[in-house]
Amino acid sequence: MTLDRRSLLAGAAAAPLAAALPGRRVRAQAANTIKIGVLNDQSGLYRDLAGPGSTVCVRQAVQEFGAQGFAVEVVQADHQNKPDVGSNIVRQWIDRDGVDVIMDVPTSSVALAVNGVVREKNKVYLNSTAATSDLTGPACSPNTIHWTYDTYMLAKGTGGAMVRAGGDTWFFITADYAFGHALERDTAEFVRRAGGRVLGAVRTPFPGTTDFSSFLVQAQASRAKVIGLANAGGDTINCIKQAAEFGLTRRGVKLAGLLVFLSDIHALGLQTAQGLVLTETFYWDLNDRTRALTQRVRPHMPNNAPPTMVQAGCYSATLHYLKTVQQMGVAAAKADGAAVIARMKAMPTDDDAFGPGRIREDGRKLHPAYLFEVKKPEESRGPWDYYKLLQTVPAEEAFRPLAEGGCPLVRS
Amino acid sequence: MDEIFGIPAPLLFGQLLLGLINGAFYAMLSLGLAVIFGLLNIVNMTHGALFMMGAFAAWMLLNYLGLGYWWAMLIAPLAIGAFGMVLEKLFISRLYKLDHLYGLLLTFGLALVIEGVFRNYYGSSGLPYRIPSELQGAWDLGFMFMPVYRGWVVVAALFFCLATWLVIEKTRLGAYLRAATENAPLVQAFGVNVPRMVTLTYGGGVALAALAGVLAAPIYSVNPQMGTNLIIVVFAVVVIGGMGSILGSVITGFTLGLIEGLTKVFWPEASATVIFVIMAIVLLARPAGLFGRA
Repeated sequence: MTLDRRSLLAGAAAAPLAAALPGRRVRAQAANTIKIGVLNDQSGLYRDLAGPGSTVCVRQAVQEFGAQGFAVEVVQADHQNKPDVGSNIVRQWIDRDGVDVIMDVPTSSVALAVNGVVREKNKVYLNSTAATSDLTGPACSPNTIHWTYDTYMLAKGTGGAMVRAGGDTWFFITADYAFGHALERDTAEFVRRAGGRVLGAVRTPFPGTTDFSSFLVQAQASRAKVIGLANAGGDTINCIKQAAEFGLTRRGVKLAGLLVFLSDIHALGLQTAQGLVLTETFYWDLNDRTRALTQRVRPHMPNNAPPTMVQAGCYSATLHYLKTVQQMGVAAAKADGAAVIARMKAMPTDDDAFGPGRIREDGRKLHPAYLFEVKKPEESRGPWDYYKLLQTVPAEEAFRPLAEGGCPLVRS
Repeated sequence: MDEIFGIPAPLLFGQLLLGLINGAFYAMLSLGLAVIFGLLNIVNMTHGALFMMGAFAAWMLLNYLGLGYWWAMLIAPLAIGAFGMVLEKLFISRLYKLDHLYGLLLTFGLALVIEGVFRNYYGSSGLPYRIPSELQGAWDLGFMFMPVYRGWVVVAALFFCLATWLVIEKTRLGAYLRAATENAPLVQAFGVNVPRMVTLTYGGGVALAALAGVLAAPIYSVNPQMGTNLIIVVFAVVVIGGMGSILGSVITGFTLGLIEGLTKVFWPEASATVIFVIMAIVLLARPAGLFGRA
């Protein structure tokens, strides 16, 4: 073999790698290492609301938890909002890379697919960003905790507030996949229960719709007082922007952004977003604890943005999980995912993001929800000062009652 | 109220008009693609990213330099066009002798890199860009509420499409371009600098994409993936119209906008798919596209 420049370079690059990875030590370390896999959208329309910021929040929790006799490693991947891509990554993570916890997972269709895989492999699934309330309903699993929010809570918070304010006829613009359907279903239920009527709905292809004007004009033609936006991220942004352009809001039609994140308001600008009513479980400027958390994590966040509620959820879930692992011991925690989840449910939660709370037997994490209104540009004191608190909904009232979810784990 | 297929007529007219507006974007983007494919034989997958760069250029001019929409209409196409010419000189010009597939892969890779860079610095949820004050407001057409800005988009797109067509079909420069497509060595033998002309053509096609980006900035969210969402549809438009056919891409762009608009009323779930169904049918019946030469 002749020694050319290329093989010389390859050899030089491989040498330190080989020295750093003696096989036996790696395996011994792996037994004492908890591996957290953050799976979310790193390149598409849900990137800013979760994405790399979620990983930053997970790392923050790991750092604050400190060294407690075991190592924690955080890996991340992009599921591209595709269920097949997501479940493949999770299989690979668990089977080949020894990942113990699957964290975050926005996009309900992917979240539900991952739910099945994690249960089959008996690992731990802490979902912060997916919305569908089915995760604690028909699809609930002994390996899953749904951490931050869900469609039922959004429907009750924002939907309920809109109906109370006189918006008794609704038309839905719905993203055509699991999340949109669940959000529309849960909100329509609240509207009907409050005596309102649903006049129609239009299902928009997901992902890949950028022009919503056709759908907005259809919504307007229905003469509904409220247009419910059962979509998220870039879709919601485009809807709100184009609704303003077509003068819908100026002529008295109310927009109900059923799932709106802080990052969406930032993208819209207060001029367009002002007056929107929305429900979240975390806002960085809510109280001293949330402000303190924001101050700690913000320097590491992409573009120095404060965390969204789902990124804060990743922080909170990681912290509670690590506390549980410490109690159980690493070996036991790695061996049985369902046992970890059971232990997590038994232990009350407390952290800077959501304050004290608990986890219900169907896997629903409980904490208060907050109804916010987006400030007018002149009310805002500076960048990211976007919300006014309208109402606080106590934890027990914010989420769907245990008996109504249809979770097979709940003994009735 | 009159109804057509169970849909109130006013609603239908409104949808047709909206379809026409979306068609205007398809037409402008597919025009640039058709020009580039016709003269360079490159399947320019970077087109969507350059469209996005046009929108970002408008945002940057406003936020960093305080230059408004009308300046952006002038500066963004020039700047992004120049950027396109650099791309052509550095990368794309090396592939003319190779199979189409190489050009496709290279430009696709470039698009991913460009989008990745923008995503890294500006995130994915987008940036606000306001409609210029001269074009704010709306007309009440009776059957629908028509924002002034959308009307402007259609007028502007028609104007630029027509201008491009005139340049290529009716001027001496256009004649050189068309001749170079047929037989580059021969045109070069007559003393025309063909490589420079090709670079300029690519720059021109890119400038059209950037212009479409500026037009889109006030109505769509200015975000790194805004081009990706559109580019696949636009490619379908070019294929249906006939690769390289300029008039074909413009007519197809507007027509498919209309068809998509109607689909959004009758079967909204299929509105993202309908264009590809049409593409499949057209390819089966006329493999060279509706206006292409076999």
